[in-house]
Amino acid sequence: MDRVKKNMNGSRKNHWSLIPITGILSILIWYFVVWLGDFQAFILPTPQLVWLRFIRSLDDGSLLRHFSVTLGEVMGGLAVGVFTASSLGYLLARSRKLERIMSPYIVASQSVPVVAIAPLLIIWFGPGLTSKVIICSLIVFFPILINTIIGLRSVPEDLYDLMRSLQANRWQIFSLLEVPAALPVLFGGLRIGATLSVIGAVVGEFVGADRGLGFLINVGRGQYDTSLVFVAVFSLVFMALALYGSITLIENKLLKWNMRPEQRILNDT
Amino acid sequence: MNAVTAEPILKVKDLSTTFQNDKAGLHVLDQINFKVIESEFVCILGPSGSGKSTLLRIIAGLLPYSQGEIELDGEILNGPRPGVGMIFQNSNLMPWRTVIENIQLPISLQNGNILDADSPQKLIDLVGLQGFEDVLPRDLSGGMAQRVAIARALVQNPDLLLLDEPFGALDAITRERMGEELLRIWNADQKTVIMVTHNISEALYLADRVLVLSDRPANISLDLEVTLSRPRKEEMRYTKEFGQFAKQLRAAIG
Repeated sequence: MDRVKKNMNGSRKNHWSLIPITGILSILIWYFVVWLGDFQAFILPTPQLVWLRFIRSLDDGSLLRHFSVTLGEVMGGLAVGVFTASSLGYLLARSRKLERIMSPYIVASQSVPVVAIAPLLIIWFGPGLTSKVIICSLIVFFPILINTIIGLRSVPEDLYDLMRSLQANRWQIFSLLEVPAALPVLFGGLRIGATLSVIGAVVGEFVGADRGLGFLINVGRGQYDTSLVFVAVFSLVFMALALYGSITLIENKLLKWNMRPEQRILNDT
Repeated sequence: MNAVTAEPILKVKDLSTTFQNDKAGLHVLDQINFKVIESEFVCILGPSGSGKSTLLRIIAGLLPYSQGEIELDGEILNGPRPGVGMIFQNSNLMPWRTVIENIQLPISLQNGNILDADSPQKLIDLVGLQGFEDVLPRDLSGGMAQRVAIARALVQNPDLLLLDEPFGALDAITRERMGEELLRIWNADQKTVIMVTHNISEALYLADRVLVLSDRPANISLDLEVTLSRPRKEEMRYTKEFGQFAKQLRAAIG
C-alpha cells in the first residue's frame, strides 16, 4: 500500500509546460525561415497568413464541413476495421490450425500498399463515404489483428483452468477473462490504428473525392492557396492527436489496474 | 479420524493416465488407488515430475484420464463440478479485479445461484484481509494474494478443497504461517482437503494422511496415517515422533 502513496509526479508536470515553449519557438523559426529565404506566400506563407486563412475558412464554415467529413470516414473505418480485425483475430487466436492456413494470405495482403489499390476501391465503391471507410479499415486491419492475437495468447493458462474449475461457460470465459486480459494489448493496436486511419482517409480523398480535408489540400494546391494547404494539414494533425488522446483517456479510465503506480497517482489527483 | 462411521467422499480406483505427445505416450499415472473420507486432510507427496499435480487436476476434472474410475460424492467424475474448490500454485487472481471482486468471482459465475454461498465479507475476515477489500492484486504480497485465493475457493462453500502446491512460491516463514492459517480454517469448518506438496515437513504438519507417489509412472508407494495429535503446534516439528515420520516419508520418496 505504501508503494502507491509515494509521490512521484514532480518530473511529469515540467514535461507538459514545455509544449507552449516549443510551440512558440517553432513559430519563430518558421518566421525566420520565411524572412531568410524571402519566400512568396504561395511557396511558404508566414504563420500569420496561415492563421488568417484558418479564421476565414472557419468563418465560412468550410473547414468544419470538410473536417467532419474526414472525421466520419476515419471513425467509420476505425470501427469497421476494429470490429472485423478483432473478430478474425479472436478466431485465429483460438485455432492454431486456422492461423496456419490464413496467415500466409494475411501477410501477403499486407505487402499490397493500400495506396496502390485505393483507385480500384474508388472505381468499385464510388467517390463517397463507402470507399473511404473501406480504405481506412484496410489500413487499420493489420495492427488490430496482430494485437488481438497477441493479447489473447497472453491470457495465462492457469486462469483458463480456474474458470473451467468454476464451471464458467464459453461466454463467461470470453467476457470475464479473455476480453479484460487482452484489452491492454488491444488498446496499443487501437492507438496505432487511429493514427493510421487518418492517413487512410487522406489517401482515399487524394485519389477521388469532392469533400474532406484531403480534398481541401488538393484544392489548395490547385489554386496556389498554400495557406489553405497548411490549414488542412494542421487540422489533420489535430484530428490524429485528438483521436490518440481520447483513446489514451478511455484506456486510463478502463485499465487502471494495468498502470504503473506513478501513473495512477496522476489519475487520482 | 472417524474412520469407523465415515463414508468415503472420494474413491479413486485403478486410475491410470497417459499423455499423448508426438508418437510415444508418456505414462504418468499407473494404477492409483485410494479413498478419502469426509473432513480428512490428505497430502500427496512426491518427487517433482511424478505427476502429483496431474493427479490433482484429474480429480478437479480439468484433465481427462485414460483408465480407471473416480467417484466423487457417489457420482462418477467427468469434468469440473460444483462443490470443489481449487487453489493453484500461484494465486491466480485476476489482476483487473479488486480483492473483494476476485473473491466474488465464483458467485458471479453462477449468477448468484449458489445455495449456501458464504458472504465474501465473512471470508475476508476469515483470511485476515480486513481493509484490503478494494486493493488490486498487484499491491498484495505473495502471502496475501494466496489468502485471497483461499477465500475465493471457499466462497462457494465447497465440500472438497484441492490445493496444488499452494505455498510453493512463498518464502519459508510465510509458508509456515500460511500452513497454520490453513489448519485454522480447516478446523473452523472441517472441509475435506487434498493438498499436493513436495515439502515433507509441511505434509506432516498439516495432514491426517500422506500419500507418497513414486517416480513416473507413478503409483502410491506409501499410504501413511499421521497419528500426531491435534491441534498441531509449531514445536511438534522438532519432536522425535515427527522426525520418525519424516524419515519414513523420505525413504518412500526414494
